[in-house]
Amino acid sequence: MSEDLTTFSAQQLAAKIKNKDVTASEVTQAHFDRIEKLDKKIESFLYLDKAAALEQAKRVDKKVAKNETLSPLAGVPLALKDVMTQRGVPTTCGSKILENWRPPYDSTVVKRLKENDVIILGKVNMDEFAMGSSTENSAYQKTKNPWDLSRIPGGSSGGSSAAVASFFAPLAIGTDTGGSIRQPAAVCGIVGTKPTYGTVSRYGLIAFASSLDQAGPITRSVMDAALLNEVIAGYDPLDSTSINQSTASLVAAANTKDLKGMKIGVIKELGGEGWQEGVVANFNQSIETLKQLGAEVVEISLPHSLYALAVYYLIAPSEASSNLARFDGMRYGLRVGDNGEKDVEAVMNLTRAQGFGPEVKRRIILGTYALSTGYYDAYYGQAQKVRGLIAEDFKAAFEKVDVLVSPTSPTTAWKLGERVDNPLAMYLADLATLPPSLAGVPAISVPIGLAKEDQMPVGLQIIAPAMQDHKNYQVASAIEAAQGGLLIDQIKDLASLV
Amino acid sequence: MSKITPEALKHLAKLARLELTEAELAMYATQLEIILDSVDKIREVAAGDVKPMSHAVGLTNVFREDVIRPSLDRAEVLSQAPATEANRFRVPRILNED
Amino acid sequence: MKILEAMEKFDPIIGLETHVELSTNSKMFCGCSTEFGAEPNTQVCPTCLGLPGSLPVPNKTAIESTFRIGLALNCQITEFSRFSRKNYFYPDMPKDFQTSQYDEPFCVNGYLDVLVPTDEGDKTFRVEIERVHLEEDTGKLTHSGGVTGRIHGADYSLVDYNRAGIALVEIVTKPVLGTGKYAGIVARAYVTELRDLLRSLAVSDVRMEEGSLRCDVNLSLHPKGASEWGKRTETKNVNSLRSVEKAVNSEIERQADVLTEGGKVTQETRHFHEDSGTSSSGRSKEEAEDYRYFPEPDLVPVIATSAWVNELKTDLPQAPSVERKRLAQEWGFSDEEMRDVVSMGATDLIAQTVAAGATAQAARKWWLGELARKATEAEKDLSSLGIEPKHISELEQLVVEGKLTDKLARQVLDGLINKEGTPSEIVQKRNLVVMSDDSSLLPAIRAAIEANPEVVAKVKTGKLQALGPILGAVMKETQGKADAGKVRSLVLKELAVEG
Repeated sequence: MSEDLTTFSAQQLAAKIKNKDVTASEVTQAHFDRIEKLDKKIESFLYLDKAAALEQAKRVDKKVAKNETLSPLAGVPLALKDVMTQRGVPTTCGSKILENWRPPYDSTVVKRLKENDVIILGKVNMDEFAMGSSTENSAYQKTKNPWDLSRIPGGSSGGSSAAVASFFAPLAIGTDTGGSIRQPAAVCGIVGTKPTYGTVSRYGLIAFASSLDQAGPITRSVMDAALLNEVIAGYDPLDSTSINQSTASLVAAANTKDLKGMKIGVIKELGGEGWQEGVVANFNQSIETLKQLGAEVVEISLPHSLYALAVYYLIAPSEASSNLARFDGMRYGLRVGDNGEKDVEAVMNLTRAQGFGPEVKRRIILGTYALSTGYYDAYYGQAQKVRGLIAEDFKAAFEKVDVLVSPTSPTTAWKLGERVDNPLAMYLADLATLPPSLAGVPAISVPIGLAKEDQMPVGLQIIAPAMQDHKNYQVASAIEAAQGGLLIDQIKDLASLV
Repeated sequence: MSKITPEALKHLAKLARLELTEAELAMYATQLEIILDSVDKIREVAAGDVKPMSHAVGLTNVFREDVIRPSLDRAEVLSQAPATEANRFRVPRILNED
Repeated sequence: MKILEAMEKFDPIIGLETHVELSTNSKMFCGCSTEFGAEPNTQVCPTCLGLPGSLPVPNKTAIESTFRIGLALNCQITEFSRFSRKNYFYPDMPKDFQTSQYDEPFCVNGYLDVLVPTDEGDKTFRVEIERVHLEEDTGKLTHSGGVTGRIHGADYSLVDYNRAGIALVEIVTKPVLGTGKYAGIVARAYVTELRDLLRSLAVSDVRMEEGSLRCDVNLSLHPKGASEWGKRTETKNVNSLRSVEKAVNSEIERQADVLTEGGKVTQETRHFHEDSGTSSSGRSKEEAEDYRYFPEPDLVPVIATSAWVNELKTDLPQAPSVERKRLAQEWGFSDEEMRDVVSMGATDLIAQTVAAGATAQAARKWWLGELARKATEAEKDLSSLGIEPKHISELEQLVVEGKLTDKLARQVLDGLINKEGTPSEIVQKRNLVVMSDDSSLLPAIRAAIEANPEVVAKVKTGKLQALGPILGAVMKETQGKADAGKVRSLVLKELAVEG
């Protein structure tokens, strides 16, 4: 076996396994070998579940041997963001407060992955409780961007994006609350999808902001994202906000490379001053590409999107302050200061003070403030109203166009440490990804080249109406095909760094 | 509106069960003011009769039937607890009655 | 200060918050069983343990039960309602927030009429209902070290989360004015009436002793004639019908003392102690939590369509007051007799006793007589004595058949309270057989005649009503086991007097 199995797409690997060119065990082992060799540079994985993964691969190989019907991604390795519970496997959410916690149950996403014979290699790094845009808020390690090890991999799903961009796995699960799938995918030069809120079950996804959280795929190609999206999406009676209705085929949409008759809106408010030059340049070029592919492009205004950042930084911390209350050291996870003298309140105070990092505490305090008596109407209540106006803007826009586009993030990946002490600067990375999150509509980020000034990847965000996720895949795959080959293939081989 | 006094911040920390050092209190006071200044602008939006959007989906009346499903294995649940006794979760003494 | 004296100076305002555990099969937001008495922490899952990542899905039956309670209490059913999170930290609450309802409860603006005996005869008080909402129960704490079982002075506590997440309905009254010295009786009558209503709806076990019905009493006093209301206290842990009345009266007396001595009532939570019948100070409202309610983002709104509500309406059973009228007629009870039955909370007990074969008058005699006395002695509600109605029916049967005397029957009741078995088993075990054969009774009879010559003289002149002392002596000698009728006829025979 001379070819490197880690270079193939998920779709290719699944075909090879099905055709008995390779075994799932060989594919799994090849990825573990690469991780063991190179992840000390990237620091994307928090936990490798080697024995279980190889065991699972063996079961797939038995199915192949017996010519059983296989799921489209059977035997393909995946990196799981550490926000998802997996029974018996350490699940930290990037936080010290959950160190050594082994959940007694599987999240629905994990259940679906297992049922579809996807091989879960292990858990990858993230910003603590998914709060951040650089993965530097992880309590455990600083994950690097494989394009430039001095730069951040994006966040909060930075472990997922770095692992996929480093060819440690062709597939990863990320979660997106305000951009946490799309922005890391964009800055790592790969594909990331935030599906329509309610299409992927949140059962077992450790909540940051319940009304916004949504899991989705991070992959190198649009087709792989469509395949993984179809595996994890579907109605779940364990999630009250799960939508009991399916979208049109995403894989079929990813096969349509044609944009004829499609109307695309460029969001007027997202771009221009303050946006990195290379980002804007690549974005403008991608608009030209869309036109060449047959799409009609118009400018669309989403007037209330200017308030998205403010709305998000009231709603998300408010929900988080309540969601994270349960980490009190009583039933699981860290407990600090229980010396037989201190009372329960003191122990809770100490546990949370030591168990949470600065960004998590900041948001808990902000959320506690926004919900407290006397401020609720001015902050949380008003934020929910303006959120309604933002959603109305999208509704109106989608009466005129099929999809909307913007750059995924105002800048390319910045240097590690650059924004750590400036929360507001960090928050600005989500400027473009927040409005669709607040509206609950699906969005995808697809690579559109490297910025001229720093040779770092730039992403295009495509946004479709709720339940029309397939339109995002159609546009993304057309752009991807028009660029002739995947951007990630231009990355320097990490092996040269060792 | 967006001034947070040290007393107010201490009260918030108490509500949120966070033991903060003086240095942390000072840092958060400054940062929260900056953040609140930037979020304050939503109050300029005229949204008087707009319906608050508390959910991203328009679903209503989602229920489950009143059917018993299996519970978790107690040993597995208790194995994750910081302290247990007599098959119960052991917690430090409680000073305030609920 | 005693209540009557207090009521000369002050007017009370009462309010009642009642928590009812619904008797659904599964919990409010997950599929765990709700069965009472299971091994600790065996009825728990990710959702009711609040594990990271878990999500709630509401139990439809619990929501319908809440609607039915609202309808039975003459409430409006809110068309658009939601669950909200009530945020506060407490170790018996797995998520450190309670999923409850805030400004959009399921039912609002109802009332419940209660009949109360007053100096001017029976009077109906209308208790207005502010809201009926649905929430989840908390886990159960036990305290170790210090005074066993008490939270104060304990070294640590243990938590069993089996109860956490069980559907809990909260029924809140509006302030009830104008009850005066009847405040305690009205409060008790309200909770009794509410309990009967909930039982007729079959939505809860309504067992106060198991905690499936719990009551908090709000109370304030203001000087007679004053327009401004006084500061109110909230007394928690009031867990029997008797205690409801006691808690109101003792709090009236306490507040009256405070106010009379020129003090101020502190707005606070108080804890009622069943054993002493008094309450102690808890958390003051000044340090009260800011609950930061907000709509629960993990749950979607509930729309009560008129079709749905109407369907539930047609299925409602008759109101207990209507049902009681029917029963009173069927049983042949006077209005007064029926009112006493209701105020003792004995309606269902009598109904079940009658269903087991006893006559209504006999059932009433036992429950409102001897058993009511025993309940009072034990400071318990009738239903908490633990006596099964079918055993009372059996006991009555034994008396009718002459196998038991009234005196022996009372001993059987003691046996029933001590859980010694069925009445027949207790008769056997305690050897409570009636003596009715001549040979065993005659020695005692002859001794009694000998000891009471003056009685004998009177009887022989035809004054049969003077027999008492002789009959009493025989009963005493036989420890109450003698068949009274038989004794009487034997005595007359011995004295050669025509009966």
